[in-house]
Amino acid sequence: MTEPSYEVSLSVNGVPLTANVPARRLLSDTLRHELGQTGTHVGCEHGVCGACTVLLDGQPVRSCLLFAVTVDGQAVTTMEGCRAPDGALGPVQRAFMECHGLQCGFCTPGFVTTVTAFLRDNPAPTEDEAREAIGGNLCRCTGYQNIVASVLRAAEILREESP
Amino acid sequence: MTTLDAPARPTPPESVPVSPAAGPFGSAVLRKEDLRLAAGDGRYLDDLGQNALAAAFLRSPHAHARIVDIDITGALDVPGLVAIYTYDDLDGRVAQALPLLIPHPALHAPRTGYPLANQVVHHVGEAVAMVVAADRYAAEDAVERIRVSWESLPAVVGLNAARAAEHAVHPDVPDNVAAHLVQSVGDAPAAIDAAPYTVDLELYVERSASMPLEGKGVYARWDSDDRSLRVYSSTQTSTSLRFALAAKLAIPVDRVEVITPDVGGGFGVKIMHPWPEEVLVPWAAIRLRREVKWVEDRREHFISAAHERAQQHTVRVGFDGDGRVLGLDVRFLHDNGAYTPYGIIVPIISSTQLLGPYKLGAYRVEFHSLYTNTVIVTPYRGAGRAHGCFVMERVMDAVADHVGLDRAVVRANNMIQPDEMPFDQGLIFQDGRPLIYDTGDFPLSLRKALDLVDWKGFAAVRDEAQAQGRRVGIGLATYVEGTGVGPYEGAHVRVETTGDVVVSTGLTTQGQGHQTVFAQIAAQELGVGLERVSVTTGDTRRFAYGVGTFASRAAVMSGNAVAIAARMVRAKALRLAATALAAAESELSIADGVIRVRGFDQDGPHIALATVAVLANPLRYAFDEEAQRATQFATAASDGPPVPEGDEPGLEATGWYSPIRSTFANGVHAAVVETDPETAEITVLRYCVVHDCGTVINPMIVEGQVHGGVAQGIGGALYERIVYDESGQLVNASFMDFLMPYASEVPRVETDHVTSPSPLNPLGVKGVGEAGIIPGHAVIASAVEDAEGFRIDRMPISPSELFELRRRHARGEVPSLRRTQSDPQSDPQPDPQSDPQEGTP
Repeated sequence: MTEPSYEVSLSVNGVPLTANVPARRLLSDTLRHELGQTGTHVGCEHGVCGACTVLLDGQPVRSCLLFAVTVDGQAVTTMEGCRAPDGALGPVQRAFMECHGLQCGFCTPGFVTTVTAFLRDNPAPTEDEAREAIGGNLCRCTGYQNIVASVLRAAEILREESP
Repeated sequence: MTTLDAPARPTPPESVPVSPAAGPFGSAVLRKEDLRLAAGDGRYLDDLGQNALAAAFLRSPHAHARIVDIDITGALDVPGLVAIYTYDDLDGRVAQALPLLIPHPALHAPRTGYPLANQVVHHVGEAVAMVVAADRYAAEDAVERIRVSWESLPAVVGLNAARAAEHAVHPDVPDNVAAHLVQSVGDAPAAIDAAPYTVDLELYVERSASMPLEGKGVYARWDSDDRSLRVYSSTQTSTSLRFALAAKLAIPVDRVEVITPDVGGGFGVKIMHPWPEEVLVPWAAIRLRREVKWVEDRREHFISAAHERAQQHTVRVGFDGDGRVLGLDVRFLHDNGAYTPYGIIVPIISSTQLLGPYKLGAYRVEFHSLYTNTVIVTPYRGAGRAHGCFVMERVMDAVADHVGLDRAVVRANNMIQPDEMPFDQGLIFQDGRPLIYDTGDFPLSLRKALDLVDWKGFAAVRDEAQAQGRRVGIGLATYVEGTGVGPYEGAHVRVETTGDVVVSTGLTTQGQGHQTVFAQIAAQELGVGLERVSVTTGDTRRFAYGVGTFASRAAVMSGNAVAIAARMVRAKALRLAATALAAAESELSIADGVIRVRGFDQDGPHIALATVAVLANPLRYAFDEEAQRATQFATAASDGPPVPEGDEPGLEATGWYSPIRSTFANGVHAAVVETDPETAEITVLRYCVVHDCGTVINPMIVEGQVHGGVAQGIGGALYERIVYDESGQLVNASFMDFLMPYASEVPRVETDHVTSPSPLNPLGVKGVGEAGIIPGHAVIASAVEDAEGFRIDRMPISPSELFELRRRHARGEVPSLRRTQSDPQSDPQPDPQSDPQEGTP
């Protein structure tokens, strides 16, 4: 018997998109394989590594722990949505590049989305707060030191660029 | 000014100095790849082939069992199912055992697995059946409905069970011994017997794993019109995988191309190849005439990709009153898991790199590599070195404790001096070549580390902590790392007629910044802007020969190959420019992509590299204005052939670098830990690294490599262990249970550098990929031991294990360190010159 599918409407990075997916299709798989948003990465599929973190109505969530059908009608911000309007690196992404906050880049989308939400709520964090903010995401390459620096640098860039 | 007619020879004006551009080599330039990766524009394996069929695998739930029957009937009506394969479906060489990649005379009983289990499984996770379906969900549905009848066989788990050999992993290897190797320099047992003092140690390191955040993955396309195969794999060696696939699938090599896309970390596990899935996915793609993709999930990675580290070492050391090691005898057992496809590289590295920066009186090492019913063991970052370093540095601390000398003094007393370089350790290294250290100033590295951590000032830190009821300790560990192992790498460098420079090399990239560092090298050598250079790695369409990325070898091997190729291109450019400018080659320099005659200002005679590229390819047909310059009626008449004898068209060259032997990096780590007096929780308060990787290409990337290595080293020392139960079940196969450090577990890493260029390669570089991880076990053990006052001889160490050690210590079952013992009679102080207190190196 063919699996029934359901229409899911999402606002992905401000663009309304629709997918027809079975009830068990993960949000991460839906974003990546139905909607072509491959900037979201899947590292563990059990909610620990944080690579798949996206913002759901502005809040960081693990997209590998959600079924797409459960977020129908909501707004999703992915790594692609953290770019500048012209498609160049966004402020947080630029900070990661400037501070060598990424090596293989696989975990980076989860950090960038998490940090984007964090700096919105705390625009001038201390180093300890920056370290705490990324404490739920795994990185196997950098040892986190340059990611902490990236968070602080991103805050700086955002302040510089705010009107 | 550019000209094609033979001009009059220019004469430079009196003095208009043109200073050479500093160039990007050696600068902390930002990474070119980050413009893609930081934007979410990376192309990782699972980002490709969105329309491909998905593969999933039925894997053995048993560590050791015979397959009685496989019943697929329940799976046949799963919607979207395309095919199910078991061993009986395999044909040709695909049905044969997987290759033994690195044979060695001491590996007397090598065994490798099959792409799908052939009658017997030898570890939990071994692939038994392959399902291909419309998507991964359907493929896994079908996997769940395949029924296998098993006849369970006794599992051999752990080194003790393997050595006892009550049961055998492979019936034709009854003692479970895959390999046995002895190497020695001098007569270590005799030297130990004759030594004034001896110490015996039992030292154990537990299993861990590379654990990249992206698992493995393969995506294959068969073009039946072209009769060619394209395979994408998240591998550390596309070139070798290509040859392996051509051999396995019986396809001519020139009909196979292997491409490594962006890779989400490797750390060793992806140098192993061909994995069963790397053979089966292309095989199925050919049979089905459809694109097929498999992406490893995290549980699969735990139970079927490779592990590393587990070794049990029995050590006896003889030494004098200054702590000089007169003889060292190391016997160890290495757990190689169920098969030995990667040979015995890990224990060979352990046994040779164990010596570190020291000159021992005599050394004997003997290892047995043993089969167990567990996942295979192949290199993980630090491969073999971390355990070797742990053994040697535990010995140094034990010797220091025995003679009552400062731990740093004992290390200094044993170190090879700079004027003894090159230093031959008298052993054979992992590349089959003599273990000869090329350069290094080990005492300087040590002094810098002691300064960085303020070794002398630590007594005050300890006192202050004690006054607050806190317990702290300081540790020290040194290492020498053979980097840049051969046999070779190559690189191709071409100047396009646009002036852009394209570089390609065979080895692959997993986050090391090769697109930047190789561009830095080419830009420097050619005198062009960094933005003009683009680099391709791991694509056999672009560069077909190569070995792979492992053993901290990429910068040394491909870096030098790029430099050599770029120098060839530069020489050709200068030769052509000299003719065009009627100047001697020796008078020419290149900067910003323009060749100028030295001594002239900006308006002097010059020719762009882009134009030289046009001239380098004599044309009959023009297709743009630039090309018209090189057509037959546009160029100066000459009697010789348009392409001179021995020359080639195009401003390009292929360079090769093949070293006579490895180059040796070194370093010293120092760490300060705090151990909670109540809970035994261990916190790393400070971590200091002094490292020497020769000439540095990009200090930002070097630091990044060190930081990442340190995090993995701390993970290996305190958190990460692969746990099998006695039946061979991997009980912590998830990120919930296999604990890798988060940001909260890794301190800020403090670094300092020594630069001892290698004389073995043109750039003077040494590898740095493993510098951060190698001394992790050793330095944390040293620091915890210092904090606790009793010996630490197993790694990793958890709070509960430390807690238990404290209880045993309190019961008198674990002796105190001699320097902390209250009874002075038990410890002869043999060296009247020595200061028994720490802090006076």
